[in-house]
Amino acid sequence: MMQFMLLFSRQGKLRLQKWYVPLSDKEKKKITRELVQTVLARKPKMCSFLEWRDLKIVYKRYASLYFCCAIEDQDNELITLEIIHRYVELLDKYFGSVCELDIIFNFEKAYFILDEFLLGGEAQETSKKNVLKAIEQADLLQEVRPAPLKP
Amino acid sequence: MPAVSKGDGMRGLAVFISDIRNCKSKEAEIKRINKELANIRSKFKGDKALDGYSKKKYVCKLLFIFLLGHDIDFGHMEAVNLLSSNKYTEKQIGYLFISVLVNSNSELIRLINNAIKNDLSSRNPTFMCLALHCIANVGSREMAEAFASEIPRILVAGDTMDSVKQSAALCLLRLYKTSPDLVLMGEWTSRVVHLLNDQHMGVVTAAISLITCLSQKNPDEFKTCVSLAVSRLSRIVSSASTDLQDYTYYFVPAPWLSCKLLRLLQCYPPPEDGAVKGRLVECLETILNKAQEPPKSKKVQHSNAKNAILFEAISLIIHYDSEPNLLVRACNQLGQFLQHRETNLRYLALESMCTLASSEFSHEAVKTHIETVINALKTERDVSVRQRAADLLYAMCDRSNAKQIVAEMLSYLETADYSIREEMVLKVAILAEKYAVDYSWYVDTILNLIRIAGDYVSEEVWYRVIQIVINRDDVQGYAAKTVFEALQAPACHENMVKVGGYILGEFGNLIAGDPRSSPLVQFNLLHSKFHLCSVPTRALLLSAYIKFINLFPETKATIQEVLRCDSQIRNSDVELQQRAVEYLKLSSIASTDVLATVLEEMPPFPERESSILAKLKKKKGPGAVSVTELEDGKRESGELNGSGERGQDAAAMAASNASTPSPSADLLGIRSAAPVNAAPASAGSLLVDVFSEVGPAAPSGAVNDDGFLSSAPPSEDPAPPLSEAEELLNKFVCKNNGVLFENQLLQIGIKSEYRQNLGRMYLFYGNKTSVQFASFSTTVSCPGELQNQLNVQSKPVEPLVEGGAQIQQVLNIECLTDFSDAPLLNIKFRYGGALQNLTLKLPVTINKFFQPTEMASQDFFQRWKQLSQPQQEAQKIFKANHSMDTEVIKAKLLGLGMALLDNVDPNPENYVCAGVVQTKSQQVGCLLRLEPNAQAQVPVPAAGLPSL
Repeated sequence: MMQFMLLFSRQGKLRLQKWYVPLSDKEKKKITRELVQTVLARKPKMCSFLEWRDLKIVYKRYASLYFCCAIEDQDNELITLEIIHRYVELLDKYFGSVCELDIIFNFEKAYFILDEFLLGGEAQETSKKNVLKAIEQADLLQEVRPAPLKP
Repeated sequence: MPAVSKGDGMRGLAVFISDIRNCKSKEAEIKRINKELANIRSKFKGDKALDGYSKKKYVCKLLFIFLLGHDIDFGHMEAVNLLSSNKYTEKQIGYLFISVLVNSNSELIRLINNAIKNDLSSRNPTFMCLALHCIANVGSREMAEAFASEIPRILVAGDTMDSVKQSAALCLLRLYKTSPDLVLMGEWTSRVVHLLNDQHMGVVTAAISLITCLSQKNPDEFKTCVSLAVSRLSRIVSSASTDLQDYTYYFVPAPWLSCKLLRLLQCYPPPEDGAVKGRLVECLETILNKAQEPPKSKKVQHSNAKNAILFEAISLIIHYDSEPNLLVRACNQLGQFLQHRETNLRYLALESMCTLASSEFSHEAVKTHIETVINALKTERDVSVRQRAADLLYAMCDRSNAKQIVAEMLSYLETADYSIREEMVLKVAILAEKYAVDYSWYVDTILNLIRIAGDYVSEEVWYRVIQIVINRDDVQGYAAKTVFEALQAPACHENMVKVGGYILGEFGNLIAGDPRSSPLVQFNLLHSKFHLCSVPTRALLLSAYIKFINLFPETKATIQEVLRCDSQIRNSDVELQQRAVEYLKLSSIASTDVLATVLEEMPPFPERESSILAKLKKKKGPGAVSVTELEDGKRESGELNGSGERGQDAAAMAASNASTPSPSADLLGIRSAAPVNAAPASAGSLLVDVFSEVGPAAPSGAVNDDGFLSSAPPSEDPAPPLSEAEELLNKFVCKNNGVLFENQLLQIGIKSEYRQNLGRMYLFYGNKTSVQFASFSTTVSCPGELQNQLNVQSKPVEPLVEGGAQIQQVLNIECLTDFSDAPLLNIKFRYGGALQNLTLKLPVTINKFFQPTEMASQDFFQRWKQLSQPQQEAQKIFKANHSMDTEVIKAKLLGLGMALLDNVDPNPENYVCAGVVQTKSQQVGCLLRLEPNAQAQVPVPAAGLPSL
């Protein structure tokens, strides 16, 4: 199970944080500081995985943004790397060639998309089409008083 | 995508974010934020009721401020209000705020739960999903209490939309993880398992995570998932790359689901059903075959997804550890990856091979890659990859390649990253000791270790080399010569001085014949380091000096001179001063004989007492004290307090006077385990020794002669029981407490108590290393018939055991009927990436359930005669392995659990016992007679009597 996901910029600014395990704010800040520092210090050609405490860190850089996930010992590193990629694809499709600014100004959307894709630290829906359909549907409900839908 | 979807026109928010971004300094940012907070506060407090839009906007701003890293202590109420808004985006922002900023305020939780309840019952799938996401994100106990019974219903209901099912499954998973006691699957189990068959791939993808977690906790209830998972996997693996439409990822069909299916299967042993197993093996072969096919795309996503499945399949193959063919293929595949141009693949191949190395089927295959791995250690540019290579070398090390691997690790240490040096040092030390064929190699290795990475050599490591040198007289001369040479270096590490001081103090005489290392030369060499050393080392050197006076009387004058000088005898450090004063006095007043006795060579250390263990004991928490420690504790304290023993040994003397944790405690720490001091405590340990051989042939009719020795059929999954553990086991026939098992990494202590047909056993797992054990798990099983004879229940243990820490596990044991096998304890954990898997027999024997019975002589013989049928009687004549001391034999018999009856047998030399074995189904009376024959052998007739 994924324990948390962090998005941060090359300057170390946190852009998104998603925690799937209960931790105190203090602990979260400490972890973030430590990891941002560790990951930023790594060189481009290095491998995308590292051991950290009793977790495995999987990270990848897209343009100016680092996507960084912490998974448990028995979890699969490569598939996590592709979870990151699929999330980037989702953002890209939704915002239309996403950039860091999109995530800064529409941070709530980034969270909504993530919630449709991953829940409780596990992949909920891996189909790009289905995730985007859910978000689009929600967008269509904007400011419209929804009529109760019959399933 | 229409532009409108990018935002919903919260212009105020966009302006605020821009403002923050334009701030030139941290101070300016804080100022701007405080201004905004004040503004929002006044809006929330204002008389005018805010409309939904404004509320949403301000809540969103607060969220943004919080995510920037600032504290937010208001706005929760407004967020909760948004939850009940009819407008979707307002509700959505409300939920997001709650998810990110949970507050334990119970009043609020009640309101939140109310809103969630409304949305869950709204039958609007979008609202239901929002509510479920919120529960999954917060996952608090209160929410579990409110919704744990409702969500399974939503999950399995026929009319639930797919997307809601997906959220419900993962929501339930989260609640199960936080409050497993509240999530009761019971009646839903089978319907949840059948979600694996759902037509919607997304539903399967979500549900399988839940099923995997539940299977880990209740494997039996969920075991039908195995065949379903296999057929689902088989359909995916054999599907064409486009069959699964949107679930195909870069030409790889459903990679996430495939990985999850393979992961689920790792919760179970290989399928028993031949057809299912055949199908699964076919899948695994197909996955391995696909790895050899040319890629369908050059994109890294394609190869990553494909290899993710491959690695998961290899994990399953390793987990089964029963298909030699697949294991070797997996190893070859990983071997290819070892030289792949992708760093990620090299890293994972090294990691995965570590686990393969521990399988007997693939250990040899892994070893063939040694050169590649050594090369990786030398040339990889990424420290985390080098670390993996070092782990793998450690895992693949055995007697055949130990010298090469240790040499490579040593040379790597010269340039190794600081972050991994200590672990490397420990690994080298462990390997050197474990595979030492000749001890001069061992001494060389450890001294090299100190030379190269002295700072990272912990006390345990240099204690250990000293213990071994003291115990092995064939290496002492060599050790003395080698340390003498090592000390010649102008700058040598302080740890080297410690080892050198200790060894020359003990065995300097062995090289004193050579004029180049005459006593005085040795002394001058040591003393030239003295002033550069810390207080503990100097204290040790002083002890070495007094030993020199004994070894080489010709150095006496010189050394006394040194001790007498002000810098020693008036040293401001009380420990040094005391040593100097006492040693000086000792050397001037004691006669040569007394001196020789006091400063005698160190006696050998008990073989299994490793100083790494001492570290472990130090760290043990109160209450978790094993018996061995108590025994050692007794010896130690006896020695510390026993001022009468002063003068027995220089080191002990110095230590006995030290009131604070003094440097001399180091010496004492080692010495306290020496057998000389153990003599007074030997009454306890004799029991172990005497019966350790006799034990298995326990003289009771009810006990199978083979007792522990009969090897139970090894179960498929856990490692077969260790053979050496059997010996360890035998000593538990007559005692309930002690050390069950010990190796380089782990020590397992046992305390147990029995009453009637019930027993309770406390297991203490001690991590002897300084590195954490991950994924630590234990299972107790009763193989074969035993499951109907004995009922053993255990509580799960914590999955992490910190370095040096100890954890406890309690087993409850019920004897249902008589039995002869022992239950098996399987332990698995990861140490430095390598999976450790071992199986031990638990010392539960039928005699533990003895109830002693007193009876008179007449009674005894009357019953004895009644037991005349062949099944009711067993006689065994065996050689005593130890001298037959009456008290010792008595203690043994009492340890067996029966009553020892006096004045029963006409021959006072004989021992007579009676007891009743208590099982749930019946009680079996047992009588025993032991006739020692001092000249020849010991016949033991015994009889068992089933009572009414």
